[in-house]
Amino acid sequence: MSLEEEGLDRAFTALGDPVRRALVARLSRGEATVNELAEPFEITKQAISRHIQVLEQAGLITRSRDGQRRPCHLVPAALEALTGWIDTYRLATERTYRRLDAVLETLEEEQ
Amino acid sequence: MSTTITAQPGTPFIEITREFAASPDKVLRAHTDPELVVRWLGPRGMEMELLEFDARSGGGYHYVHRDDRGEYRFRGVYHTVSADRIIQTFEFEGAPGEVCLESMTLIDLGGRTRIEGRSVFPSVEARDAAVASGMENGITQSYERLDEVLA
Repeated sequence: MSLEEEGLDRAFTALGDPVRRALVARLSRGEATVNELAEPFEITKQAISRHIQVLEQAGLITRSRDGQRRPCHLVPAALEALTGWIDTYRLATERTYRRLDAVLETLEEEQ
Repeated sequence: MSTTITAQPGTPFIEITREFAASPDKVLRAHTDPELVVRWLGPRGMEMELLEFDARSGGGYHYVHRDDRGEYRFRGVYHTVSADRIIQTFEFEGAPGEVCLESMTLIDLGGRTRIEGRSVFPSVEARDAAVASGMENGITQSYERLDEVLA
């Protein structure tokens, strides 16, 4: 398996968890600390920290230092690699369905 | 309006959701009337010929997509065709025996229709290979579009 594929595997595995997907969704709106990320969840801060570690090891997020704060950030390039992988397939399907849209429009006219 | 695709890693499923600006009746007709199907199904730039097409419960289909580079044959049977559901098998003859089970539900949104489709592949590997070949196909089509732009 190539390095690139191993990276994809780790990233997809990391995202195969609803809490981690929610954390990624939250971080897509801007950086946040572990405390801020843990707030909406009913699980412990320790559990959130472990999820963050998995995302960090998968290369999906990084942590920086800002005085006392250690905010988490998304790594946009890593997410682009993931969406790029799946999006080509989606776009091929979307093109087919756009032709179906056009066929459906002619059905309106026939009536 | 755009297509949503879910392909959870490590599972043999592909889930597709899409909305159409037409009633479920019309969306179903576009899937079951042979004259309509050839106008939209399949990759861009390919001609579609139906060798057999009987979209009723217990019926079957067999069709070819062709372009200058070659032809691709597909076949399957319709298990269920009803007002709000199509359940069918799907097999690419280039990968014989790798039979997918596909189900599609039509949801009436009042003048609009949402389809929710799920394909079950025989293995995770077969699912990943199908997604990868879709990628190749998509890349080929992108180059074709680039050819058009450059022509």
